[in-house]
Amino acid sequence: MKVNHTLPLEYRTEENSNKILGFWIFLGAEIALFATLFAVYLTLWQRAGNGPTAAEIFEMKPVLAETFLLLTSSFTIGLAVHSMRLGLKKPTLVFYLITLLLGAGFLGIEIFEFYTYVHEGATLQTSAFLSSLFILLGTHGAHVTLGLLWGIAIMIQIKREGFNEYTANKSFIFSLYWHFLDVVWIFIFSFVYLKGLM
Amino acid sequence: MKWDEFFVTGEPMIYGAMASIVLVSVAIVVGLTYFKKWGYLWREWLTTVDHKRIGIMYIIAALLMLFRGGMDGLLMRGQLARPENGLLDAQHYNEIFTTHGVIMILFMAMPFIIGLMNVVVPLQIGARDVAFPRLNAVSFWLFFFGAMLFNISFVIGGSPDAGWTAYFPLASNEFSPTVGINYYAIALQIAGIGTLMTGINFIVTIIKMRAPGMSLMKMPMFTWSVLITCVIITFAFPVLTIALALMTVDRLFGGQFFTMANGGMDMLWANLFWVWGHPEVYIVILPAFGIYSEIISTFSKKNLYGYTSMVVSMVAISALSFLVWAHHFYTMGHGAMVNGIFSITTMAIAVPTGVKIFNWLFTLRKGKIQFTTPMMYSLAFIPIFTVGGVTGVMLAMASADYQYHNTMFLVAHFHYVLIPGTVFAVIAGMYYWFPKLFGFRLNERQGKLTFWVIAISFNVTFLPLFFLGLKGMTRRMYTYSAETGFGPLNLIASIGAVGLAIGFGLLVYNIYWSFRYAPRDTTGDPWDARTLEWATHSPIPDYNFAITPKVQSLDCFWNMKKGKEKLFEDELEEIHMPSNSGQPFILGVIFFFLGFALVFSWWVPAIIGGLGVLVMLGIRTFERDHGYHIPVSEIKKTEQRLRGETV
Repeated sequence: MKVNHTLPLEYRTEENSNKILGFWIFLGAEIALFATLFAVYLTLWQRAGNGPTAAEIFEMKPVLAETFLLLTSSFTIGLAVHSMRLGLKKPTLVFYLITLLLGAGFLGIEIFEFYTYVHEGATLQTSAFLSSLFILLGTHGAHVTLGLLWGIAIMIQIKREGFNEYTANKSFIFSLYWHFLDVVWIFIFSFVYLKGLM
Repeated sequence: MKWDEFFVTGEPMIYGAMASIVLVSVAIVVGLTYFKKWGYLWREWLTTVDHKRIGIMYIIAALLMLFRGGMDGLLMRGQLARPENGLLDAQHYNEIFTTHGVIMILFMAMPFIIGLMNVVVPLQIGARDVAFPRLNAVSFWLFFFGAMLFNISFVIGGSPDAGWTAYFPLASNEFSPTVGINYYAIALQIAGIGTLMTGINFIVTIIKMRAPGMSLMKMPMFTWSVLITCVIITFAFPVLTIALALMTVDRLFGGQFFTMANGGMDMLWANLFWVWGHPEVYIVILPAFGIYSEIISTFSKKNLYGYTSMVVSMVAISALSFLVWAHHFYTMGHGAMVNGIFSITTMAIAVPTGVKIFNWLFTLRKGKIQFTTPMMYSLAFIPIFTVGGVTGVMLAMASADYQYHNTMFLVAHFHYVLIPGTVFAVIAGMYYWFPKLFGFRLNERQGKLTFWVIAISFNVTFLPLFFLGLKGMTRRMYTYSAETGFGPLNLIASIGAVGLAIGFGLLVYNIYWSFRYAPRDTTGDPWDARTLEWATHSPIPDYNFAITPKVQSLDCFWNMKKGKEKLFEDELEEIHMPSNSGQPFILGVIFFFLGFALVFSWWVPAIIGGLGVLVMLGIRTFERDHGYHIPVSEIKKTEQRLRGETV
């Protein structure tokens, strides 16, 4: 197997650099996926039928809290990868843990938000607007949930094995995924919540 | 739910199908046990990550689906053979044209092409395997179990019946209350995820794993076509994923996306479907263009004319493919402006396609043409496909389309594009690459006879449909009265369909006969071909190339044979190979279980299935698969054996 020692650990083997390129292409597919969801949402968002409209149900405070949590977690996962490049195991794990806790906090607020909507009578079945809202937010939320499970699995592996070509590669790819979810959230924040409240 | 609601009842034909499914399953189990082949099946096939074996499994599955879809086609032609025919009732007819379309496009054309991609692309670029062999196996098993899930709808619960396009509101719970459309949404979803993974896998393979010296513009044309196709897959399939997910939400959870009330928009489905659906057409046609390019160049004994313009035109087609989707529903009232724009983009596709046709013709010009079976299909393709293309331009004109829309004219058009375009191509590709995989050629005499039967029957079947369409016969009508005057042309078409069935029967006989009696090919290059896949032995050793080739030019193998360049200069080194794994197969089984539970809204089994998928992902992330190494001594032995030397 060819190993190029001039590259960072996560890129070093041919297989690893293939995986990173493959994941970038997968993120390209994810962009197409979320772009479709945004297109659906923007087509349907004013078609509220007999249900509530966007301005009636959106609340800024929890959304701002979600935004701060997720944006901060994107920063901390960056710090985790930075520590990994320096070969510091403990700081990497700490930053990973902070990232996942922030992600869990985000998810908690989102679940509470969904719970509130449903209690106010705004459900998936109410109108096309709400269907598209729940599915767009839900798809993003499901990605975050999967990210939490994946992140925990990677933390266990780093703790057991330290940094090697497997764990370094996985952590780096996880950071790409996590940054991507952050970017999607910025679009949700702008084109769903801000637009809805304007 | 009662048992008589679970199984489809009341149709003698379906009871026959049930009986035959049970009999075939029992026969397979008994046969495997009797010949003690379970271990072989598991070790060599179900757990394989070898791109060649995965390719073969794709092709076998695609051939099976060709016969399933072909039976549907025959039944449809049987029903339409004469006015007021009673072979099928309206419901059964609806189910059959729906499954015919879905199976032929998604479970026959695509897997056949992906199978050839799997077999050929790593060899053409001088690689040991694809970038992610394990993921490749996952792709195959997801496709396979998606296809199986779709096929059992026939006997359990009822097949989808809203056309392969499944337009809303027809596909909503209100108008399609059975689980048929659930099967459609979930089976396609499972298979579609597999296809997306294939797309990503092959992009990385082609970008990163080419032999040293093979720059992008020295790649064989088939590899180029696959690269472009995979880019289309990567950006088109997520749209299908979302469309099907929304359909599932509407049908299983009461969503309001495509409903008629509460703000839903049924036309949103048509748009989403065709934003994926039109690029899908190019996903099955571009690799076919690649196959024809290889075959025409090989059997004209010339390099491909206009290589660069071939690449540029494929890139142009791939870009335009995303900009034409609304031409599938000009008549649904989106105004002159929108129709005008989509007319222009659609007609623009004829330009790069025309460039390709002329390139093939110029490749033939002054070539030493050899009329082999694959070449016959390629030569037939050019004029027949052109008829398909020209009628496509007729359909592209929005104002004229009001006359043709949803008539048999359209049916004739897309069969004239897809059969010579894709079906002829995959058959030609199968004949062409068969000796590489199995070490012997399919019998040429039988092959040519098969070709003539298929090519002539094809035209007899589909040419009359153009005229029926112009006379006003719409598609998807299950019967017609004698006064319409549609009878005679329909009868001719039905006779043609029988001819096609005979042709495909001959094809199977051709394969069977050649397996038993065809002489072995020991050269590895029976066609005197040009590209790298012919530089290794046939059948191909596990590691593909003992020494990684060093490429200097396009058609490097041809140049090597002419003594102009050397491919294999390096010393033998030990080769790293990925290990086999049963996980992809198990994951496929779990997805099948999950999908089946979702179809019937059985929530507890569905949740168990979903957890099963997560567990499999967990097992994968904690696994450390280091693969294994083939030592130099073993490579030497294998090479000697394949060269026919005594060890």
